[in-house]
Amino acid sequence: MAIPHVLAPRAAAHRRRLVVAAFLAPGVVGIGLFLIYPLLTTVYLSFTNSNMISPAKWVGLRNYRYLFTQDPSIWQAVRNTGWLVAIMVPAQLLFALGVAMVTARLKAGAGIYRTLFYLPALAPPVAATVAFVCLFTPGTGPVDHLLHALGLPQPLWFTSETWSKPGLALLALWGSGSSMVIFLAALLDVPAELYEAAALDGAGSWQRFRRITLPTISPVLLFSAVTGVIAALQYFTQAVVAQQTAGNSRIGVPPGYPNGSTLTYSQWLYVVGFGQFHMGYACALAVLLFAATMLATVVLLRRASGFTPQEAAS
Amino acid sequence: MRTPLRRARVSIPALLCAAALLAGCGTGGTDASGSAPKARTGADDTTPVTITFWHAFTDDREVDAVAKVLDKFHAKYPYITVNAVKGQTDDKINQAVRGGTAPDVAASFNAGNVGGWCSSGGMQDLGPDIAADKVDLSVIPKAVQDYTAFKGKRCTMPWLADTFGLYYNKKLFAAAGIAEPPKTMSELADDAKKLTAYNGDGSIRVAGFMPYMGGYEMVTEHLVTAWGGQWLTADGKSNTSQDPAFAAALTWQKKLVDTMGADKLKAFKTAMAPEQSAQNAFEAGNLAMMVDGEWRTAFIKGDQSAVDYGTAPIPAADDHPELYGSGYVGGNVIGIPKGSKHPDAAWKLVKFLSTDTDALVTLANDVGNVPTTLPALDSPQLTLTSDPHFKTFLDVYKNPHTSTTPAAADGGAYVTNFEPFAEKWQDGGVPDLKAGLAELDKQNDAALSLGS
Repeated sequence: MAIPHVLAPRAAAHRRRLVVAAFLAPGVVGIGLFLIYPLLTTVYLSFTNSNMISPAKWVGLRNYRYLFTQDPSIWQAVRNTGWLVAIMVPAQLLFALGVAMVTARLKAGAGIYRTLFYLPALAPPVAATVAFVCLFTPGTGPVDHLLHALGLPQPLWFTSETWSKPGLALLALWGSGSSMVIFLAALLDVPAELYEAAALDGAGSWQRFRRITLPTISPVLLFSAVTGVIAALQYFTQAVVAQQTAGNSRIGVPPGYPNGSTLTYSQWLYVVGFGQFHMGYACALAVLLFAATMLATVVLLRRASGFTPQEAAS
Repeated sequence: MRTPLRRARVSIPALLCAAALLAGCGTGGTDASGSAPKARTGADDTTPVTITFWHAFTDDREVDAVAKVLDKFHAKYPYITVNAVKGQTDDKINQAVRGGTAPDVAASFNAGNVGGWCSSGGMQDLGPDIAADKVDLSVIPKAVQDYTAFKGKRCTMPWLADTFGLYYNKKLFAAAGIAEPPKTMSELADDAKKLTAYNGDGSIRVAGFMPYMGGYEMVTEHLVTAWGGQWLTADGKSNTSQDPAFAAALTWQKKLVDTMGADKLKAFKTAMAPEQSAQNAFEAGNLAMMVDGEWRTAFIKGDQSAVDYGTAPIPAADDHPELYGSGYVGGNVIGIPKGSKHPDAAWKLVKFLSTDTDALVTLANDVGNVPTTLPALDSPQLTLTSDPHFKTFLDVYKNPHTSTTPAAADGGAYVTNFEPFAEKWQDGGVPDLKAGLAELDKQNDAALSLGS
């Protein structure tokens, strides 16, 4: 009679495990099928000469050797992408924060201004980029006319290698409504009594911003910085559409036009993988991008961990 | 509570291993058809079937022309219905092949991908079908045979061709006192300077010619034929530093760019209306001369442009007068992608569209392209012959010096890699042209070896 007493808890534990497994199953299957399987396949293919059509051959580290020692375009792509991460992302964050701070203080018409600043973020990236490049077209674009009327220099924008990346950064500023909305929500969430107490203690506006606003909204800033950096590392659509629109040719727009100045890492990956049948090599590029993204995220999170007041206190 | 956790730890590596195995199994869409391809002419099979046909035409007039020819096909093979899908690009074709959802027949504007398709098996070998149906390939000129097959494997057929020539604005020529189109590159440069008019602020109002790379069809492959440039050596290596034609062509081009002003040309080029629009700079009279394909004649008609124009072969290099009359030839290709569900019916369509004289002549007349077979070229029904504008392009097509960009396994990456180089060159970023071209050749050969 002692046996059932021993088995009963085991059976119960077994049942519990089954229930847990059943609840976990959708997530595990989803992650396995759509994350782990493609990830491992990519890693495997990066060691092959795959073109995804005919059988792949194992080539060891050849793709990685080519990447680091022979690829003529990779460093330009890395530099351009680095520029976007280092200049465009901070500029976008600062601009969105600035706009959010202004609109947060508005007494009248706040809704209208918030909507106006947010609207560009709703435009589909392709349409927005085409429209933006047309606005800046030398000779015929309204921005060009405006600069001319003001007696200011009229750069060639998306057809000039000096101005193409700043042009893309301006496009990013214009479309930074999503970050603005998040910042706005965070700013409105800062307890007003903290400002009042600080004001009573004689804190100036910079001190209030530095000691109250910034620490309180820092988790939101960190979130925006991390997602912004990840998006910049994968920057593709706007660069390609801007090249095609400004290049203005049925066949003659080289990747990264003008002069490779907007060739991003993701675009180069796409060109070699999908245009030149070197999918194995494209996978090697993808693996490196994954590693770089992971590293950038870890560094950002580590750097920020002492910055967040809640975490610092705990 | 420990046990399930430990189990979970075990199960994740197990899952990873399973995924890795799956990954191994699924590498690169393994081609099971290792055996020799068979002919699938399916001669007497008249089972009703619907096949999907992807093509790249987007202009309504051209899409209608394709539909008209497909009606003729349906009349000949009433049991085969063709579902035509317009505006399909090579990227989409490749992705569909990789995803196992390829159409039965696919046509492309870009013969540059033929090498990649033939070597990877993305397009099926048509050799056995051609042999079984005794299709006579000698009716297709050799240069055209060359860009539609790769290393002896014919995985596509030519489906109309594009040749390139010089379009010139007669009214602007008369105003500048120029009697006839240029025949040499020096004459072209001189005429370009004479024909260029500037605004008060120094910007270009009318460009005599657009030498800046990427201005509509102004790309190296269309230019270098004037010097007789050969892109690849006989064994498929990049040849741009060994063949003096490339350095000569680029030197001529940069000299003209510098004379006209690189920044001014860039600004003008960006402001030119989209190439395939009715506001095209040549059609609008803002560009006095341009290199373009034969299809422009049909566009000028279709757009009801008032431009008074003439066509001529692209001028030849001063030291290569024998090349005058030749030019660049490329064109549409058509084939049966890997994974085609009805290859028998697909082959019938490919054969019909690429070799049936009536089909080729009808489509060529309607879309204003060069028909690809000699019987179609000689057909009395080819109304294009009587059009003096178009005749230039038919003559370029037949010229024995007319050349192409040969197929390469990496989809003609040597051309894609050359354009950024030419762009850098024209902006003054290449101090030593010969050394730059040698480096480019090295890079092209290294890139090609990635696929081996």
